[in-house]
Amino acid sequence: MATSTASKKVQWTPTDVKAELLKKYPPKVARKRAKQIMINEAADGGSSSQITENVRTIPGIITMRGCTYAGCNGVLMGPTRDIVNLVHGPIGCGFYAWLTRRNQTDAGPDGENYIPYCISTDMQEQDIIFGGEKKLALAIQEIYDIMHPKSIAVFSTCPVGLIGDDVHAVAKSMTEKLGDCNVFAFSCEGYKGVSQSAGHHIANNQVYRHVIGENDEPVKGEYKVNLLGEYNIGGDAFEIDRILEKCGITLTLTFSGNATYDQFATAHQADLSMVMCHRSVNYIADMLETSFGIPWIKVNFIGANSTAKSLRKIAAYFEDQKLIDRVEEVICEEMLDVETAARDVRGRTEGKTAMLFVGGSRAHHYIELFNELGMKILSSGYEFGHRDDYEGRQVLPTLKVDADSRNIEEIEVEPDEKRYKPRKSEEQLAALEKSGVKFKEYEGLAPDMEENTLIIDDLNQYEAEKLVELMKPDLFCAGIKEKFSIMKMGVPMKMLHNYDSGGPYAGFKGAANFYYEIDRLLSSNVRENLKAPWQENPELTGAYVWE
Amino acid sequence: MLLRHTPKEIGERKAVNINPAKTCQPVGAMYAALGIHGCLPHSHGSQGCCSYHRSALTRHYKEPISASTSSFTEGASVFGGQANLLQGINNIFSVYEPDVIAIHTTCLSETIGDDLPQIKKKAEQEGKIPEGKYVIGASTPSYQGSHVTGFSNMVKAMVDFSEKTDTKNGKVNIIPGWVEPSDMEEIKRMAKLTGVDTIMFPDTSGVLNGPMTGEYKMFPAGGTTIEELKSTGDSVGTLALGEWCSADAARTLDKKCKVPCKVLDIPFGLKATDRFVDTMRTVAGVSVSDELVYERGQLVDMLTDNHQWTYKKKVAIAGDPDHVIAMVEFLLTLGMEPVHVVTGTPGKKFEKRIKELTKDKDFEVNVKARGDLFLLHQWIKNEPVDLLICNTYGKYIARDEDVPLLRWGFPILDRQGHQYFPTVGYKGGLRLLEKILGLLLDRKDRDSSETKFELVL
Repeated sequence: MATSTASKKVQWTPTDVKAELLKKYPPKVARKRAKQIMINEAADGGSSSQITENVRTIPGIITMRGCTYAGCNGVLMGPTRDIVNLVHGPIGCGFYAWLTRRNQTDAGPDGENYIPYCISTDMQEQDIIFGGEKKLALAIQEIYDIMHPKSIAVFSTCPVGLIGDDVHAVAKSMTEKLGDCNVFAFSCEGYKGVSQSAGHHIANNQVYRHVIGENDEPVKGEYKVNLLGEYNIGGDAFEIDRILEKCGITLTLTFSGNATYDQFATAHQADLSMVMCHRSVNYIADMLETSFGIPWIKVNFIGANSTAKSLRKIAAYFEDQKLIDRVEEVICEEMLDVETAARDVRGRTEGKTAMLFVGGSRAHHYIELFNELGMKILSSGYEFGHRDDYEGRQVLPTLKVDADSRNIEEIEVEPDEKRYKPRKSEEQLAALEKSGVKFKEYEGLAPDMEENTLIIDDLNQYEAEKLVELMKPDLFCAGIKEKFSIMKMGVPMKMLHNYDSGGPYAGFKGAANFYYEIDRLLSSNVRENLKAPWQENPELTGAYVWE
Repeated sequence: MLLRHTPKEIGERKAVNINPAKTCQPVGAMYAALGIHGCLPHSHGSQGCCSYHRSALTRHYKEPISASTSSFTEGASVFGGQANLLQGINNIFSVYEPDVIAIHTTCLSETIGDDLPQIKKKAEQEGKIPEGKYVIGASTPSYQGSHVTGFSNMVKAMVDFSEKTDTKNGKVNIIPGWVEPSDMEEIKRMAKLTGVDTIMFPDTSGVLNGPMTGEYKMFPAGGTTIEELKSTGDSVGTLALGEWCSADAARTLDKKCKVPCKVLDIPFGLKATDRFVDTMRTVAGVSVSDELVYERGQLVDMLTDNHQWTYKKKVAIAGDPDHVIAMVEFLLTLGMEPVHVVTGTPGKKFEKRIKELTKDKDFEVNVKARGDLFLLHQWIKNEPVDLLICNTYGKYIARDEDVPLLRWGFPILDRQGHQYFPTVGYKGGLRLLEKILGLLLDRKDRDSSETKFELVL
C-alpha cells in the first residue's frame, strides 16, 4: 500500500478535530453543532459527557437524515410482506421507498408478498385542491378488488396533512365496508418531527392500536419470543431465524423483516420481547409489557459474541436447563466457522481504524463486529438517535421534550383487562436481574466507545469529509449518499444501512460474512491504482532507451 | 413469481397507481441543476425529499450527489418556509461556497404557497447572496407531471441567466434533454465533428461520470458555466432535444432573447439522429463530416446485416416520453413491433405521436400516457413479447414472464455503463443494436434444442 502506517497516525487531538469541524461554520451553526459533537470521556461503563440530539437539522446543511414518512413506511412497515402499503400522496414518496432498502422476503406457503409492488394514490393537483379522501377510499377499494389482502396500511405524505384529509376516518369506514380487510393509517407526513425517528414512533403507535392482539388463536411452540427492530436487510432476519430455530426458540413476531399480519396480531402471546434496534421499537416493547405483561430485554445479533450473549440471555430468562444446554451446544457448534474466519482475516484487520455513522442503533451494534476484527473505532454517531441511544436509558427521566417531539403522539397504555398476565413475578424478575439478565435496560453507544473518541450526532457531508481528511480512517461506514464522496477520496466505504450488495451480517454466519467483507475492503488496491506511472514520476529524465 | 398478485384480466383503475413508470418533479430538477458548473441543488421542503432524490440519483450514477434541503419541520409548514430558506442560503454560501444555488420546490412548499421569487428578493435585500453568486429557482410541485416535468422546469429556470447583447456569439444552443452524461458528451462530439460551435445546457458530463483521483471535489470540472448560460441569449439558435424535456426552455429563451429554436426528438436511433445532424448542418451552414457519414454507414450496415433477428420481434417498452418516442421509431427501423408502449408521464400527445409512428404497420399497438408498469405487465400477459425495454424496475416483469430485458432510461440501479457509453447518435445506435441483438440471440441460444443449436448466427 502506498499509504504507510506512519502517515496515518492520528496527530490531531479530539479537541483540535472538533475545532476544525466547526471552523468554517457561521457562528450560530457552529454553536449548535458544537453541542452535537461530544468527546467521549469515560471508557469505564458510564459516560459523564452529554450530547445534544434529536434536534432540528440546520437548513442548508447537507444532512444524512430523511423524513418521518421514510422512518414509518420505508423502515418500519415496508419489510412486512402481506400488508399492502398504500402511499397517499404524489407519486415520488411511494416510488423512492420501492424495493430500495434490500429487505428480503419469502412469500411462504400462503404466497402473499406485496413487497415488489409500489402502490400509490398518485395525487394530482385537483386532489390537492379538492381533497383526496374520495380518491383514497376508491384506491383502497381497487386494491382490495385486485389483490384481496388481509390488511392495507395507508401512509400520509406531506400535502395530505396540509390539506387535512382524514385518512383515519377513511381507513375506518373502508374496514367496515370491506369486512375482511383491516385498513389502518399512519399520519407520518414528512415534515413531522426532526428525522426518521418520529416515523418510527408513529408506526409503533398504529401497529399497537390496530394490529397487536387482534388474533387470539394460540401460537404453538416452546419459548415464545418477539424480535423487535430487525428488518431483514440482506437476509439478517433469516439468519437469526435459523439460529433461534436451531435452539428450539419460537419466534412469534419479527418486527418487521419478512413479517406477516398474523405475526403482529399474535405478538401479545409471546413470553419475552427482544429489542434489537432500540431506537425504532422501544415504544412497542414498553406497550407490550404494560398491556400484556411481556418483559423486554435488549439483544444484539450483530457480532458473533453479541449473538452468543443474546442467546444466553434468552436461555437464562426462561430458566430451563434444556434450553440453556441447547443454546450452549449451538454456540459451540456455530463458533467453529466464525473462529476460522476470524483467524483468516485478523492478520490484516488488526489495528485498522474505522468510523461509523449509521441509523439509531447500528453505529453501536457494529462496534462489536469491528472489535472481533481487532479494529479501532475513531469516531461514530447516529443519524437520528436520541440521548438514551447514546448514553443509556438511565437518562430518560432527564430528557427534555421540545416542540418537535411534543407533536408526536405518546399513547397511554393500560393493562389489557383479560389478557394481561405478568410472565414473571416481581421476585423472579428481581432474581433474574441479580443474576445479570437486565430488563428494560440499554446502555447506549458511549460506554462502548473508547475515551477521547468523537461521538457526533447528525453528522453532515462537510464534517464527514473533514473527519476523513484529518483522521484518515482505513474504513468509513455510512449510507448511499455518503458512499461515493468518501470513495473518491480513496477511502474504502461500507454501507451499513443496507449493506451495498452484501449480507447477512447478523448472527454467526453473518459475522463470518462480515469479516471477509471487511477484509476485502481493507485489502483492496484502490489507493495503489490512483496514480498512473507518469503521475508517480512526472519528470522526464533522459531519452527512452529502446531495448 | 415475484409479481404474483398481478392478474391477467385488466380491470378499470381510476385511483390507484401500481408500480409507477414515473417519479416526481424535484428529482428531475435536481439532476438538471447538477448540469450547471459549481451549482448546488437545493430542495425546498422536508428533509426526506432531498434524501430520497440524492439516493435515487446516487444509485443510478454511482457518483456523489450533493444537494441541500430547507429541512422543514411542522412549524415551517405552518408559518411558511421563508425563514428556513433564508438561513439555508446563508449557510450554503458560507460552508459549501457554490457559484449557484438552484432551488426547486416540493409538494410541501407548493401546497403552503411559498413564493420563491419573493424569498429570493428578500435574500438579496438581506445581503445573503454574495457578490458574483447566484440563486435560481424552479417551481416543481410533485402533484403535476412527472420527473421529466421537473427536469424541464429547472432547465427553463436556467434561461434566467441568458443575456442579449448587440453581438451574436455564432454558437448554437443545444438543450440535450434528460439523457446520460455520456450522451451529452456524444452530442457535443457530433456537433464538433460537424463544425458547429455549441453551448450545451444543462451538461452533466464531467459531473456525473467523473474519474477517481483520490480527491473529492464537490463541484467537479464539468457543467455549463454561468458565462455560457449568460451567452445563450446571443446564440444564433437553439436546438431543443425532446418536446417534454427541452422545448419549454427553448421557447422561453426565444421569447426572452429572440433566439429562434427548433424542437427535435432526442437523437436515439437512425432517423432521429439523421434529423438532428441534418438540422445542425442546416443551421450552421456547413456540410456533414465524413466521419459522421462513416458512422452512419456502420449503423445502417449492422441493422441490415441483422435484420433477420429483429424482424417482427414484439417489444414492450416503458420510459419517458421523449425516450420512448425515439426508441419506438428506431424499433420500427429495425423491423421490430413495439406492441405495448407506456409512459408514466401525462400527455395525450404522447399517445398521438406513437399512433402516428405506427399507423401504417400491420400490428395493433397498446399505448398509454400516465400508465404504469402494472398495466404494461398485464398487456404482456395478454400478448407476450420477445423483448422488454424498461428501467431496472422492469426486471421483476422480465423474470416472471421470462422476457429478455434491455435496461434503458431512469433509473438503472443494477447494471453499469450508462454513464460512460452513450445510446444517442449513430455510435449510440450501434450500442443499442448490439445490446438488443445480444439479448435476442442469447435467448435463441438458450432456447434452442441441441439439434438446432448453432455455432454461427
